[in-house]
Amino acid sequence: MTNRTKIKDAVIKNIFLLNGVLVVAVLIGIFVLLVMTSIPAFREIKLSQFLFSASWNPTANFVVPSYGILSMIVSTFMVSVGALIIAIPLGIGTAAYLSDVASQRVREIAKPIIEILAGIPSVVIGFLGIVLVGPFIARVFHLPNGLNALNGSILLAVMALPTIISLSEDALKSVPKSYQEASLALGATHWQTIMKVKLPAAISGIIAATMLGMGRAVGETMTVLMATGCSIAMPSSFLNSVQTMTATIAIELGEVPYNTTHYYALFGIGLVLFIITFIINMTADIVLRKYQRVLK
Amino acid sequence: MKGLTRLLVISTALALLSTGVSLAADSMLQVKGSDTLINMVQKLAEEYMAKKPGASIAVTGGGSGTGIAGLVNKKCDIANASRGIKSSEVDDANKKGVDPKRVVVAIDALSIVVNTRNPLSQLTVEQIGKIYRGEVKNWNEIGGSDMAVSLYGRQSNSGTYDFMKENVMFGEYSPNLKSMNGNAQIIEAIKQDISGIGYVGVGYAKESAGIKVLEVAVKPGSKYYSPFNSIDVKSGRYPITRPLNQYLNGTPKGLARDFILFELSPTGQAIVEKEGFFAIPDEYQNYNNETLGRSGQIGESPMRPEDLLTNPGAG
Repeated sequence: MTNRTKIKDAVIKNIFLLNGVLVVAVLIGIFVLLVMTSIPAFREIKLSQFLFSASWNPTANFVVPSYGILSMIVSTFMVSVGALIIAIPLGIGTAAYLSDVASQRVREIAKPIIEILAGIPSVVIGFLGIVLVGPFIARVFHLPNGLNALNGSILLAVMALPTIISLSEDALKSVPKSYQEASLALGATHWQTIMKVKLPAAISGIIAATMLGMGRAVGETMTVLMATGCSIAMPSSFLNSVQTMTATIAIELGEVPYNTTHYYALFGIGLVLFIITFIINMTADIVLRKYQRVLK
Repeated sequence: MKGLTRLLVISTALALLSTGVSLAADSMLQVKGSDTLINMVQKLAEEYMAKKPGASIAVTGGGSGTGIAGLVNKKCDIANASRGIKSSEVDDANKKGVDPKRVVVAIDALSIVVNTRNPLSQLTVEQIGKIYRGEVKNWNEIGGSDMAVSLYGRQSNSGTYDFMKENVMFGEYSPNLKSMNGNAQIIEAIKQDISGIGYVGVGYAKESAGIKVLEVAVKPGSKYYSPFNSIDVKSGRYPITRPLNQYLNGTPKGLARDFILFELSPTGQAIVEKEGFFAIPDEYQNYNNETLGRSGQIGESPMRPEDLLTNPGAG
């Protein structure tokens, strides 16, 4: 290597290193900002009250303001777990179909369409929730309105599907061909091969895919804000209106006076949300790593 | 988190934009705030721009709280507000060197709407309060049919949300309140929900398919009034009226002043009425003249408008 290429090599290497460091710095920066800005909230609110009380009314002026986020945490989990219950069978079914059943031609058409699904703006999906899914739920369950957790779950399922489908399909594809051949050679049907050999072999990849789908569902804001009715009461069923953590931040951060307990408490919600999504993504990553090791 | 990041990016972009705007303050105005005022002010701005080529006025929503926060943080020139500015907001503004001045541009009769299939057509202020505080859970408790009430209201950044709380409910909202994003969304929800009740500015309360606007009385036994009757609203006989305000930083000058004068002119007030709201009475014209530093040209009432309306909290 000449001297010049050596320098060029070093420069490019450092640029890439810088990029990597920058991403990590941004992540740490966000975390530090969230922690620093939410600390003042806990000088006035007890942590146990913040996490385990279901009464949230920071703008109260006839009673003492309250800052309990339990109903939002429950709402967030209800909506996203509901979404997973709908999206997992659909997503894995589609993935199995695409990887094992569909012809090359069908796959070439279907895959881009699924990817387009991921690109639909969340506000459009939320809109569909108001005008389409909401009235439908109201009719099916004989409710006065369809703005509830179920509506949010259905919409988030639609939004989580592309992630679940494409990652599950990758997982199914990377199951060694020999597994399938062995199964078929032993006289198993195509269906048995998919259900009893390929899916179990790819299970950790599929779990990782659903975890990532869940991460997306937990963090989604606009759709749930529009479709779930935003009511702060503790939900008792999927047919109740709910307000997720993300919706609360989006609604209230715009008008909250700076440097008040309410303001800090909103950052506190952000911190809780960050920790939840961090744990979910981390788990997905660990599971994914495990499965890659196994298949090697 | 993604949504929040996007929100931050957009607000940063807007912040940068508005810095540019304040540099060119003479040809461009940023108006921000109440969703109750937005359509009306947009219409006024369109008519004004048609008359004054070169002038540019951008009107955006977000809620009264958002508008006033924008004025305080110098991110807009005029804040639309369907409630009065709070003393905490004035303090915050003064700390940042902003001196909020109020102009009243229209009168609103806050309208209570239900679905047309709901047999009720009248409520008292006390009943409305009980419903929104969550004390009345079923319509049959107040003489309606046997169905659970679904409450529709606005989000806490809305001036109407605060106005209801402080002037109608005198208490906190039921936690079962569904917080909707703007007047139009409440109307859409009520159209579909037979058991729903909502509140909107009178400009949004047009009797359209599925929507019934209730008559309201101060207390049981007194007369019920409709929010559509201009005389009853202006005289304050309709119990839930309020001024719709615009807040500015200091006595307005230049384009902002010219636009405000247009809004208050007979042409401007005709647009206000066409949009479904009510023109301001003389008392408010006088109040506005004081704010604008004009000597009283219309009437010489010694009374302050605050003394004349039944709802001082709105002032």
